Formats: sequence, C-alpha cells, structure tokens
Amino acid sequence: MHSRWTWRILALPGVAWLSIFFLVAFYAVVSVAFGNQDTLSQPVPFWNPLNWNVGYVIGVLRDLWHAGPFFIVFVRTIKFVAIAMALSIALGYPVAYFAARHAGRWKGIVLLMLIVPFWINYLMRMLAWINLLAPDGLGTRVMHDVGIERLFLSAGLLAQRGGWLDGQPTTVILALVYGYIPFLILPLFAALDRIDQRQIEAARDLGASPLSAFLRVTLPLSVPGILAGTVLVALPMFGDYYTADLVSASTQTNMVGNQIDEFMRQGSEKVTGAVLTLLLALLLLVLMFYYLRSTRRAGAEASAA
Amino acid sequence: MSWFRNPWGRPRWLGVVTVLYILWSVVPVVLAIVFAFNAGRSRTTWQGFSFRWFTGSTGSVLHDPALQGALKHTLLLAVICVAVSTPLGVSLALGLQRWRGRGSGSVNTLMLLPLVTPEIVMGVALLLLFLRVFPEIGLGTTAQVIGQVTFTLSYVVVIVRGRLTSIGPEYEEAAADLGAPPHDQLRRVLLPLLAPAIIAAAAISFAVSIDDFVVTQYLSSDASTTTVSMLLYATARGAPTPALNAIATVALVITLVTLSLAFLVYRRFAGGKEAAALAAMEM
Repeated sequence: MHSRWTWRILALPGVAWLSIFFLVAFYAVVSVAFGNQDTLSQPVPFWNPLNWNVGYVIGVLRDLWHAGPFFIVFVRTIKFVAIAMALSIALGYPVAYFAARHAGRWKGIVLLMLIVPFWINYLMRMLAWINLLAPDGLGTRVMHDVGIERLFLSAGLLAQRGGWLDGQPTTVILALVYGYIPFLILPLFAALDRIDQRQIEAARDLGASPLSAFLRVTLPLSVPGILAGTVLVALPMFGDYYTADLVSASTQTNMVGNQIDEFMRQGSEKVTGAVLTLLLALLLLVLMFYYLRSTRRAGAEASAA
Repeated sequence: MSWFRNPWGRPRWLGVVTVLYILWSVVPVVLAIVFAFNAGRSRTTWQGFSFRWFTGSTGSVLHDPALQGALKHTLLLAVICVAVSTPLGVSLALGLQRWRGRGSGSVNTLMLLPLVTPEIVMGVALLLLFLRVFPEIGLGTTAQVIGQVTFTLSYVVVIVRGRLTSIGPEYEEAAADLGAPPHDQLRRVLLPLLAPAIIAAAAISFAVSIDDFVVTQYLSSDASTTTVSMLLYATARGAPTPALNAIATVALVITLVTLSLAFLVYRRFAGGKEAAALAAMEM
C-alpha cells in the first residue's frame, strides 16, 4: 500500500506539468477559438463552454464551404503534403530496403548516414539549400549546366531560369521531402529489418520469382512500417510554415501553417488563427492516435516476444 | 553489365539510389559548413580559407553582438531546460513504470502526446496560455524554458522507461526482500542502475532544446530572446554573410559532441543494441 503511493507521488509533478502546459494550453486554443477579441484586437478567451461564441468558427467554416481563401490554403496544403509524401516513399523505400537487406558489411555506416540528418538542425539544412539555390548558387549553376533546370522549365515545374527560390511550389515540395524523409526511412528500415529472411527464402523455394516474392511477402510485411513512417512525416509537414517561408517567401505557396503563423505571430487576427489551429489539430488527431496505438501494440508485441 | 540483362537479378540500382540519397542528404550541409570558413563575404564562391567569421574582429560569431547573444541565449535555454526536464522526466518515468491500474493509461498517452503534436499547435497553445492565463509570466526566457520542457520531458520519460524495462523489477525486489524501504530502493538500487539512461536523456534534451525552433520562436519576446535557430530563420533569406553558416556550424558541433558523448556513455554501460535504438531517438 505504502509503496504504491510512492510511485504515484513520483509521477505527480510530471503529470501536473503536462496537465497545465499541454492540456490547459490546448484548452486555451479552444477557448480563444470560441471567444472574442477586444478593442485592441487582442483575443478574449471564453472559458465556459456555455458562453461560447461560435461566430469565428462559423466564419471559417463558411469560408471552407464556399471555397474561400482558407479553403484554397487547406487544399494546397493537402496537395503539397500528398505529393511530398509520395515522393518520400518512392525514394525512401529503396533506400530503406537496401540498408536493411543488401548493405552487408556497410550496414552500420549506411544506418549512421541515415540517422545523421536527425542530428543536424532543420533550419541549417534549409540554410544549406538556400545557399545552393540562390540565383548565383552552386546548385543553381550545376543544375543549369547538366540540363536539370531546362527539364524543370520545359515541364512547367519552374517559372524562370535561376528562379528556384521565387515562390515555386516545386521547390517547397522538394524542400519538404528533403526535410522530413529521414522520419520515413528510419521506421521503414526497422520494419524491413525485422522481416524474417526465411519467409522470403520459403517463397523462393516454392517457386516465386524474386519480384513476386517481393510483392507477395516483403511488401505486405512492410506495410506497418510504411504507415508509421507516413504518419511521422505527415504530422510535421502539415504543421510546417518555416520551409515554405524560407525557400519560397511567397503567399502563392502558403500552407495552413503559414496562415496560422501570419495570424498568430505577426497579425492581429489571433481568434481566427486559433480557429485554424483547432481545425488543423482535429484533422491530425486521427493520425496522432493511430500512431500512438500502433507503437503501443508494437511495444506489447516486442515485450511478449 | 549483368544488371542490364537482368535488372531484377542483383539489386545494384538499389545501392546506387542509396548512395545518391546519402550524398543528396549530406553534401549540402557539408558545403554550408565549408563556406563558414570562406575568406570572403560570398556563400557561393570560394575565396580562400579563413576563421574570420568565427573569430574575426567584426561580424564574427565571437564579436558580433547579435550572433553572440543568440548563441548565449540558445545555450542558456538548453542548460535550464535540461536541469528542469531531467528530474521531472525521471520521476515521471519511475512513477509510470510501477503505477498500474486506473489512470496510468491516460497519463501514458498524455506523456506521449507532445511527441506527436505538430509543433505549431503547441506553439499557438503555449502562446495563448502565456498571453491570457499567465500574463504575469508573459513571453520571454521563462516561457521558452517551460515550452521546451513540455516536450523534452517526453524524451526523458521514453528513454528512462526503456532502461527500466530492460533492468526488470528483480533488483528492487531483492532490495525490498532485504528490508530496504522504498526511498532506499530508489536511491541505492534504481538510480545507480539508471545513471547511463539519465545521462543520455539529459544529452538528448540538450540537443533537442538547441535545435528547437517553433515553440522557442512563439514564446520569445524580443531580440534578447533570439536563439540560433530563430536567427537562421530570420536572416537566411536576407543578405547574410558566412557568419550565419559559422554560427550554425558552432551549434551543430555542440549538438554532435553532446549526442556522441551520450551515445558512448550509454553503450559503455548498457550495451550496443540499446545504444543503437537510442541513436535513433533524437527525432
């Protein structure tokens, strides 16, 4: 009896901290979203749900329904994230597959190189590309010389020569891929690495070609890894504003995060900003709980094994 | 040319894709570091090797007030953040590990939520909290520390719980059988066994704090609470000098040294496999 209480008391400060600075903080977003603003256009939260003012929420929902500016931003965000995610899987799967199955004695060093990006500040990684993609940058010159620039120009993916940083959706999407693909590759690697080699050998012994062994054994077994990686990439991509800001700096590539950032930090429309934050959080809540549930299940399986 | 006749036979192309990917992910950053040592003002044309952007008398990390201030503030936040989140996280991990039954599941979910919540949601939530609920705290250093602790806490708990699970309950049970009261089990048995995990957790909190951008930016008040990440964001597109690359390099070296030390300490005391899992934690 005595010792059971010891453990609860140990957990108390942490629980109190998270309750105040996570739960109450999140409730502050809800209260502001259903609140009002004063004459200085500062947000006034309405804490009691019975007093909630639904005006601002209705305003945003009406905008979404009538395909207004917020609708365009939401659709653009989903489009950017979907393309970036598809590209990440297309590039990340072969890399994770090679690292898990064919790297041989290089496995350790390959894995290290896959982890290294995590240890580098995200903004430094973006700064590196800003240096490269400036009109006179090394990357711009190389891409011009080897014909990549012309390829992008003729495909309509780049508006003008050397204009990589001038509000190009292409650059924003590629920057998102660059920024977040490590989050996809690592869980994918873990999933592929866990697959029992003997299952693939069994398929081959029973006459499956390498391709069909891959399609019918490896691929299905790696689906949990793909899903976990996709969620881990989608969550930060949906909340991103700094990538678009840094590599584009144009309202033409605004994502939901940019809109929220403009309202919350720069402008004086904090109530509408809170409504958008709430909508984004609701949109992502499904993904968050899916991920937490799948990691808990994986944890339970690991401790049972 | 065997891959040409039978492209699915041996996966050479997979190796090529992997090498290209690794080059693509690392070379830009290496170039950014190289240009921190450029003798001229350009970040695209090499003009000779020099330390001027690190230690030169004007505009260098060492002597420019804005750069120096940002570096100092980043380190200040990281130190306080570690000092708060480590004890808080260790005690929450111990509590959660042994607390079975009602409430423990929800607390566990609550603890993991900051890890998966998009940072802008946390940034907005904490901003409104400090503007409207705790106006006496307001924005600034204190708010920044509180914001960073709120998610580094989860890293500490996850790492320490991992170690607790692998230690198992046997040692403290033995101590209990020998008559040790709970606080002695904790102080003389569990904490020494947990030391490598605690050191690793502190190091990872330190690195996460240094690299954090969104929450720190949302809770900053004025120029005096600017960090290195915020400085990179604010000036990368302006007309920056290689000093920006230099300060990013300094922050990177501090992060890498901290994480490598943590990795070595953990491997020394807890074995290679757990250490590899730890290396992948910082994300």
